[in-house]
Amino acid sequence: MRITQGAFSYLPDLTDDEIKAQIQYCIDNEWSVAIEFTDDPHPRNVYWEMWGLPMFDVADASGVMLEVDGCREAYPVHYVRVSAFDARLTRQTTALSFLVQRPPEEPGFQLDRQEGPDRTIRYTLRGYASERPEGQRYGRGDS
Amino acid sequence: MSAEAEKKQRWSAGVQSYASMGYYDADYVPKDTDVLACFRITPQPGVDPVEAAAAVAGESSTATWTVVWTDRLTAHEHYQAVAYQVDLVPGTDQYMAYIAYDIDLFEEGSIANLTSSIIGNVFGFKPLKALRLEDMRIPVHYVKTFPGPPHGIVMEREYLGKYGRPLLGATVKPKLGLSARNYGRVVYEALRGGLDFTKDDENINSQPFMRWRDRYLFSMEGVNKAVAATGEIKGHYLNVTAASMEDMYERAEFAKEIGSIVVMQDLTIGWTAMQSMSNWARKNGVLLHLHRAGHGTYTRQKTHGVSFRVIAKWARLIGVDHIHAGTVVGKLEGDPATTAGFYDTLRLDHVEENPAQGIYFTQDWASMPGVMPVASGGIHAGQMHDLLNYLGEDVILQFGGGTIGHPMGIGAGATANRVATEAMIKARNEGRDFVKEGMDILRDAAKGCHALSVAMDTWGDVTFDYASTDAPDVTPTPTNA
Amino acid sequence: MTAPAGGGFTMPRPGAGGSEQAVSAEDDPPVPLADDAVLDVDEVRRESDVDAVLERLDAELVGLVPVKTRIREIAALLLVDRMRTRFGLSSSRPALHMSFTGSPGTGKTTVALRMAELLRGLGYLRRGHLVSVTRDDLVGQYIGHTAPKTKEVLKRAMGGVLFIDEAYYLYKEDNERDYGAESVEILLQIMENQRDDLVVILAGYKDRMDDFFRSNPGMSSRIAHHIDFPDYTVEELAAIAGLIAAEHEYVLPEDTVRVLRDYLDKRMRQPRFANARSVRNAIERARLRQANRLVSEPGASVTKQQLQTLEPADFLASRVFTDPPEEADAEG
Repeated sequence: MRITQGAFSYLPDLTDDEIKAQIQYCIDNEWSVAIEFTDDPHPRNVYWEMWGLPMFDVADASGVMLEVDGCREAYPVHYVRVSAFDARLTRQTTALSFLVQRPPEEPGFQLDRQEGPDRTIRYTLRGYASERPEGQRYGRGDS
Repeated sequence: MSAEAEKKQRWSAGVQSYASMGYYDADYVPKDTDVLACFRITPQPGVDPVEAAAAVAGESSTATWTVVWTDRLTAHEHYQAVAYQVDLVPGTDQYMAYIAYDIDLFEEGSIANLTSSIIGNVFGFKPLKALRLEDMRIPVHYVKTFPGPPHGIVMEREYLGKYGRPLLGATVKPKLGLSARNYGRVVYEALRGGLDFTKDDENINSQPFMRWRDRYLFSMEGVNKAVAATGEIKGHYLNVTAASMEDMYERAEFAKEIGSIVVMQDLTIGWTAMQSMSNWARKNGVLLHLHRAGHGTYTRQKTHGVSFRVIAKWARLIGVDHIHAGTVVGKLEGDPATTAGFYDTLRLDHVEENPAQGIYFTQDWASMPGVMPVASGGIHAGQMHDLLNYLGEDVILQFGGGTIGHPMGIGAGATANRVATEAMIKARNEGRDFVKEGMDILRDAAKGCHALSVAMDTWGDVTFDYASTDAPDVTPTPTNA
Repeated sequence: MTAPAGGGFTMPRPGAGGSEQAVSAEDDPPVPLADDAVLDVDEVRRESDVDAVLERLDAELVGLVPVKTRIREIAALLLVDRMRTRFGLSSSRPALHMSFTGSPGTGKTTVALRMAELLRGLGYLRRGHLVSVTRDDLVGQYIGHTAPKTKEVLKRAMGGVLFIDEAYYLYKEDNERDYGAESVEILLQIMENQRDDLVVILAGYKDRMDDFFRSNPGMSSRIAHHIDFPDYTVEELAAIAGLIAAEHEYVLPEDTVRVLRDYLDKRMRQPRFANARSVRNAIERARLRQANRLVSEPGASVTKQQLQTLEPADFLASRVFTDPPEEADAEG
């Protein structure tokens, strides 16, 4: 399966130049840009690990790319996403978020159904990969 | 006339002109706390427009057809609405009348009360041929007595984890007749293919062919399967519209219990019922979608009724998270400038007076969250550049036929819409002139997505190009540039 | 899977047929100009805005003829390079990292600012901003502190010019546990690998920079242009004084200028002389003295001319004239 979180998951994976263009769009909008990574892509896992703090005073996308590359190098088989924050009043939230790396194999999710009374069903989502301990879910990355 | 004589005349029994009773004052300066309304009035032949405006002010506030002495037991001037400006609409027999109401005329946080005054008896008033409420300025003092959207645009996006692109939806078709099991299939296919939401139609409630509880159960199976297949949070607007509030609460509670993140209601249930559902949605953490079923009966005609921008304001005040607000390019009524005015009214915190968009008053929302507008009706992937241009990215684009009618199936239809959306956002962010190059961008994206290329071959040149009945009177003057 | 032509519905069979994975169309490289094409040099100059930047440099900075000549040469080289690229001739990106050597106040930072603009106009930098730092901004206090600090600075400078003042403090030859070496290493890596993204200018006194390059051959080999900023002559400094005064709408009459020259002649031989910066300070002091002179006369009234004029006395009161040379402190 292919996890389709983020703004561009239905397009072919972005090239580095395409990633840079999106980051520059964020910088030009005066949004700060942050990098996050995880090996638990459950849709309700909101808080991916932060790769450093959001970058507030970077003028050019190549500066952010340094960190994107650093994160991808350190976590070669994790999901990595770039998110931009708009601090303006009435927004004060994420303005754009997209994946810049995904593991080579994405086993997807198991949908557990627990039968309740009166034909109701409780649904629970479990990532196949997250059955393994953190850090070993998509291979070690150094093999 | 002496002051004494004037006073005497004002209180003499019988019928007097509304203007002379104090419902018109050209020198009145509206207070910051006043509720302001702009009416388009078409007086009967021979009726003085100023008197007609004063009559509207009178009939929508304290007046009755004759002088009553009991007015003198009150600080009546405080409660009298005042028409303070009357302008001829050039080339017509219509006038724009601006009327100020003291905030004390209205109960706090009650649209039912506000509407009973402002669009109560006055719309049947005989000396007027037609009457339309064009716009209102709700003072911040009154805004603050309303709860506003249960969640709003920002919270909804944070809950869904989806940012920087329009959200996508589809209404399950056919509107009527599908069994619950078949219905859930459409939900699953559309969400699995790439949409964020599917939706019950406004008239899907609980009919003999499919009862509500069965629909809810099968739809949620479709939603949850699609969530597992994509790793995204998705939802189906379960319509809780019903004959009574007891029924509606029962349905909403059940939707919540089986894990639905969103429910919907129809405008036909009325302001009080909608506000109750708003309270319920806030309390239970469920998104609230509003289908504006029936609004065309009073919003569409230019000379009579209530403009949709007023409906949009009331809906933001009572609090809904989504509301249908027009597509510009689709099959339903919607002039581009007027629709832009609706969208601004729903989304922005501060909307400047802009007659070219039908906005007659500057409106300050005092940080009340925005409502996500929904564009639905006759739109398809091949219009993506126009949709993004007219509607922006904080919008839900609903492709019903444009998803379910796809020749390769519902999932392919959904994928086509999602690819078109992402490709257009990507191109815009890269600095391309996406409006001009829209078709090229879509064709390039279609090279990597067969479903999109088939969608464009199927609907590429379908447009609904009819003149709008509700266009602004003011058009920007073209410059020589 | 084939396209269902005209009408009819089909459903894709999962697992059957090709995947829907797309390929992105690669941008073709621009087609080179024909061999017999002719380029209008004036037009290329105009497009790149080179002349406007050079003119500003001329107007802003007095003298510095050898520096300005070097800048012109570099600009011409890059301009020609651009035109060669248009014909498809060898277009490896020229090395652009530079070293600016000279005493304080000789215009290094100003020239660096203009250089950033120049490189942006010519298309070698995307933003053309200048980030000016010293050792303290780059080198940390403890283990693990230096790399993030240096990277933070590099991130901010990307797309523009990183100007490192007194760059020799980065590296202390006699202390092998100094964290500066780590910073230099990161800098070198970026200077080599991201030449499209960043131009580094190292600045400082000439002799100390020479030592620095001797002990850092890696750094030395990556510097394409060494530009030396000579000290100003007394005449040039006086002209600078005129410019600074005019900037604040003051006038220096003939006799004041004579005293000023005398002042500068003495001041140059004193410690901590900082060329244009010292001139700016001298004018500031003179303004203070002028103000004090104008308001402390009993029953005074002033004219516009008096308010604008710096008199000889305003400079003669300086310690440069009053104190014996060995005790005279800087900027007195």
